[in-house]
Order: sequence, then structure tokens, then C-alpha cells
Amino acid sequence: MSAANPPSTRTSTHTDCLLRPGNTNCGGCGMSTGLTMLGRALADEDYSLVIPACCGIVTAGAFPTTSYTVPVVASTFASSPAVASGVAAVNELNAKPDEKPKHVICWAGDGGTYDIGIATLSAAAERNENLIYICYDNEIYGNTGGQRSSATPAAAKTTTTPGGKGERKKEIIEIMAAHRIPYAATLSIAHPEDFQDKIHKALNIRGFRFFLVHAPCPTGWKTEPAESIELVSLAVRSGVFPLYEVFDGIDYHINADPDDTDPGEYFGMQKRFSGQDFDLLSVTRNIHERLDRLRRLSGISVDRISEL
Amino acid sequence: MSLAGEANRGARGAVCGIYPITPQTEIVEFVARFPFTKGRVIPVESEHSAMAVCIGAALNGARTFTASSSNGLAYMAENVMVAAFYRLPIVMAAVNRTLGPPWNIWADQGDSLMFRDFAWIQLYCDTNQDVADSAMLAFRIAEDPRVLLPVMVCMDAFIVSHTSMEIELATQDQADRFLPLCDVPHHLDLEHPVTIGGMSFPQETLTHRLELDEAMRRVPAVMEEHRVTFREVFGREVAGDLEAYRTEDADRIFIASGSISITLKDVVDEWREKGEKVGMIRIKLFRPFPGERLRDLCGNVEKIGVLDRNYSAGTGGIFWQEIRAVLQGQGDRLVQGYLTGVGGGDVVPETVREVVRDLSQRSKAAAPIWKGIDQ
Ligand SMILES: Cc1ncc(C[n+]2csc(CCOP(=O)(O)OP(=O)(O)O)c2C)c(N)n1
Ligand code: SF4
Ligand SMILES: [Mg+2]
Repeated sequence: MSAANPPSTRTSTHTDCLLRPGNTNCGGCGMSTGLTMLGRALADEDYSLVIPACCGIVTAGAFPTTSYTVPVVASTFASSPAVASGVAAVNELNAKPDEKPKHVICWAGDGGTYDIGIATLSAAAERNENLIYICYDNEIYGNTGGQRSSATPAAAKTTTTPGGKGERKKEIIEIMAAHRIPYAATLSIAHPEDFQDKIHKALNIRGFRFFLVHAPCPTGWKTEPAESIELVSLAVRSGVFPLYEVFDGIDYHINADPDDTDPGEYFGMQKRFSGQDFDLLSVTRNIHERLDRLRRLSGISVDRISEL
Repeated sequence: MSLAGEANRGARGAVCGIYPITPQTEIVEFVARFPFTKGRVIPVESEHSAMAVCIGAALNGARTFTASSSNGLAYMAENVMVAAFYRLPIVMAAVNRTLGPPWNIWADQGDSLMFRDFAWIQLYCDTNQDVADSAMLAFRIAEDPRVLLPVMVCMDAFIVSHTSMEIELATQDQADRFLPLCDVPHHLDLEHPVTIGGMSFPQETLTHRLELDEAMRRVPAVMEEHRVTFREVFGREVAGDLEAYRTEDADRIFIASGSISITLKDVVDEWREKGEKVGMIRIKLFRPFPGERLRDLCGNVEKIGVLDRNYSAGTGGIFWQEIRAVLQGQGDRLVQGYLTGVGGGDVVPETVREVVRDLSQRSKAAAPIWKGIDQ
């Protein structure tokens, strides 16, 4: 069981506890904390999960046991939004006005989202399927031992970018916003209230809803398990991982204003960014460029924010 | 397929993931136009997702179907496997088209045969009537609780998929009577949450494979049972696993599948008129392979010719290999393979006559013989 996963006193079938104690995830796993928060936010809801190949499905453990307290379908790596479309279609065909709606939620890694599954994801978003898609972004292929993905940030060392990745990370929220889906947002496990509020907001919206959760992975990031929450908190404050939401693909809102925290603090805690060629200056410049753009999109005067 | 989907309106409904490819396109266009009372057709971005939609919908208890062909089937492959391993009664029309490159839209069975080890039931049809009836039968077999496996209804590109013939179509009332409401026993259940498709260790996986094998082995008997019901409801026969024609006193038997069997039948009649004791067997059920019945039908016949519209490079026709495996240990008989119509060439009566002549004169088996190559 992971260090970041508080023991549950609930009975194991209560959906408040989505992730049962006793799973084999690494200590300090951000994905596991994300699942715990998701379970709390959805405690009163009826839902099933569709999980592609990723750490999230290994989390279930081996047949015939499972760490999940809701029905879960394991999909092939690229297929979670398509499998979920099928599940959601049957839910809708059988919906009864006097019953609570049954939600379908994809829980997928960045590899399944940014890379192999992007066509499937784009198509399901374009069809505006009535489902919630959550990408927990550990910025790496965790399950296969830490290879790069197109969510790996520039300069990060992975097993397939031993000298540090040369390319920048894809802007997945902007990609999803470009589909004009009703709702897209980022989530941080360092901001549980914001996490819960946004999930609740999404429950009341029809159509395709997309979330990106920043998910520290001590194993892949070469960080201390106990520092996971501190890391993502720094990421929000320094603007590395801003908390924001986009309605209908055009209406941007920043949920937690970054302060003057130096991104160097965030990068300095992770061995994946260690080494002489790590160019903090240019990385920081990129972060500020992204932030400025986000602020402009949110209708906030960039000068004013920069003074904060 | 649409009538079968509609027949499930009293249960969880019907869902179809669709993606076009020549020459399957008309099938999905037809499905997309069908006014389901309780159904949804989801036009996805790829075959991989078309099957994924069926997987999700079947796991949520719906009747599901799709169709594809050639490279579309190849692209779908990963999820094709999942459908069987999850024991989902999905029905798929597979229009047999040559795999590319080079791009060629004509008939060749190499596409669906790449799934021969994917635990799908495979039916190879010879006529439009056989396709329509077999699709109906396919749902009944797939959803039978003793089976619970997906079924591929295969037909030759253009020769069957794009020719018209007068057929007796099922009515909605007949479909309703023939097909019980679809029940996927392991469908998602909020009261009993399980994880479908997580990790499994070798011992559990072995048990899973053994169960798949047992389900497969039950298919021929289950199929016979439902053929009887089919006759009662529709008032006509639908072909079963193997169709034998004039084999009783034959000294040479020719074996084929798909539309080639029709030409073969005519040629058998021709030779019979000349007093030659030739007969034929059409293989309709390829998976599971009805080996025992085939052995019985072949009896002690010493010369067998197999016509394959497919091939496994460097080896020979795939049906020929299966048949040889089934007949091994059955004496010194001659089982000669002929590669006919590979890559979509027409298999005309003269091609088949050449095959019959060759086997009649042959005393020793040779490597598979290619037909239709310009000299
Ligand atoms: C088609 C296919 N290719 C490759 C794999 C191997 N594989 C399993 S999980 C994985 C990486 C998953 O990365 P991500 O989606 O980021 O999830 P994480 O492991 O980080 O949780 C890969 C490459 C696979 N299961 N299926
Ligand atoms: S590899 Fe990373 S994402 Fe996967 S379980 Fe371990 S910490 Fe979590
Ligand atoms: Mg990942």
C-alpha cells in the first residue's frame, strides 16, 4: 500500500473507498492519491471505470482479487474512450428517469492519453460522448519502467531519453479545448477541495469532460516518496502545473493563481532533472510564456498578475 | 444484423461500432440507416475503436455487432482478441479481401484467417442467403450460455458481398422468435463490482484458456441444435459445419470453402455425368474445426484435393494444412493442396476442372500447386 494512501476505515464495498488498502502501488504514488480523492468526490455516485494498460490497471492486482470497489473494465492501451463510449451508450439506452445516472469514467495514464490513444480520445471528444476522461499524468511510461512519453517535460531524463528529453510536453488541455468539449480542467492532489469541486461540477455537465491530474511518480521521477504532495504543490505555485478549467473550449478560468515561487525549487527536488545541461533559465522562460498565454486566455491582464 | 439488434429491444438494446472499408461499406451504411427502437450506431475513427465500442457495450449487456475487411481487420486485431478473451458474444461480418499492399480489393481469405487462433468462431459462407441466415444463427450461437464467444461471418469480397441474388429475408417477427433476449452473464454490475481483464498469473490464465477451449468444443453440437430451431422458425435450412455433396461412393473428394464451393459443385456434377466418382465437401465452420466429422465424411477415400483461396507463405493453403492435420494417421492417402484465387483471381469452372484432372492423374502428393498464374 502506498504511503500517500491513508488507510480506510470503510467497508471495502463502500465506494467512498474506491481504492482498497493493500494494493501494490509504490510509496508516494500520486496516481493512488488521485484515485482516493476521486473515490471521495464520487462517494454518492454510481459509476464504472474503464482503465487502459497503465499502472492504474496493475493497481487492481491479480485475478480473482481487485483493489477497486467499483466495476472496472481493462481496455487495450489505446481504447479506453472507445470502450467507455460503448458502456455509456448502453447506460443511456437503459436510463430511467427515476434512477440516478450511471457515470462512466476513463482513468488513463499519459501514455494512453497523449500517445497511443490520442486518435481514440480525439474521436470520442469530437462525438461528445457522455463520459468523464481523467488522465493521471506521471509524465512517463511508469508501468513499463520509465520511458519517455509526449507528456514528459523537456530536459527530463527517462530510460529512452538518457541525456534528457529534447522536446517540450504536449499541451493536452489545449488539444482537448480545441475539440470544444463542454469541460476540461487540471487537477492537483495538493488541492483536494478544488479537485472535488471540479469533479462535482463535471457530474452536472453532459458530454465529454476531460481532466488532467498531475501525478508524481517517485519511481520514475527519482524523488522522495514523502515529498510527492510538496512537489505538486510547488508545481501549482510556480506555474509549472497551473490549475485551470476551460468551458466549451473557449472560456478559460485560472483556479489558483501561481505566486512567485521559483520553478527551480520544483526541479531541484527531482533527480530526473539533475545534471549540468539542465538549463533552468530556458525552462523557466517556457513556463512563464505558457502562463502568460493562459492568463491572456483567461482575460487577465498579464502585467497585473506578474506583479503578484 | 439489424433485425437481430432490433430483436433485443426488450433487453439492454443494440450497439454497433462502425468504420467503412471497401467492400464492407454497404453493410455499415445499412446499419447506420436502420431505425432501431433501442439501439445506437457509433461511427468511430478506426476499426480498432469499432471493436472497442462493441466490447464496452457487450460488457454492459447489449447485443453488439460490427463488420470489417482486409486491412481493417488487421488494424482491429488487438481488440478482436479481447472480444474472445472476455467471452463476449459479438458478431462481426468479415468480407474476405486481399491484405495489402499492394492494394487489391478482391477476394482472399487471408484477412479473417489471421484470427484463426483468436478464439473466434468462424463461419465461411457461400451465397448471400447463407450470409443472411448465418448472421442470424451467429447471434444465437454466440449468446448461447454454453458458448459465449464472438462469431465471424465470413464472405468472399464482391463475389458474395456485391452480387445480388433473390433471397428469403428474415422478418422482424421471425428474428424476435428465433433470438432470445441477449444476456451477457458477466456484464457490469454496480452491486457486484469486479475488475474485468486485470492481471492474472499463469495458473489462472491456463484455466481461462481451458474454459475457452471447452466452450469452443461445444460449438458444433450447439450449432446443430440451433439449426433445428432455425428450420422451425424460418422454414428453411441453414448450412451447418460441413456440407457433403455426392461423397457417399466417391473415390476422389474435393474440399473448398466460400464461393469456390459453388463452382466446385457444378464441376462435380459435370464429372459425375461422365461417370467419374467425384464428390465434394464445403467447410463452413472453420473454428472450431469440425475434424471428427470431416474424417468420417472422407471415410477411406484415397485422394483428396483441397482448394484454398488463401495461403501461408512458404507453406501452403491454410485449410489444406488443417485438413492434413486432421487426417494424419489415416493411412497413406494423398491430400493435395491447390492455391486457387489467391489475391482475388476468378476461380472459373475451367480452373476447377484442371484441379479435378490433376488429382485424378496424380499418384503422389506434391507441394501446393498454384493456379491462375499466367504462363
Ligand atoms: C498496444 C500496446 N503497446 C504497448 C504496451 C505496453 N505498455 C503497457 S503500459 C505502457 C505504458 C503506460 O504508460 P502510461 O499510459 O503513461 O501509464 P503509466 O504506466 O505511467 O501509469 C506500455 C507501453 C501495451 N500494453 N499495449
Ligand atoms: S510507477 Fe509511478 S505511477 Fe506507477 S505505481 Fe509506481 S509511483 Fe505510481
Ligand atoms: Mg504515465
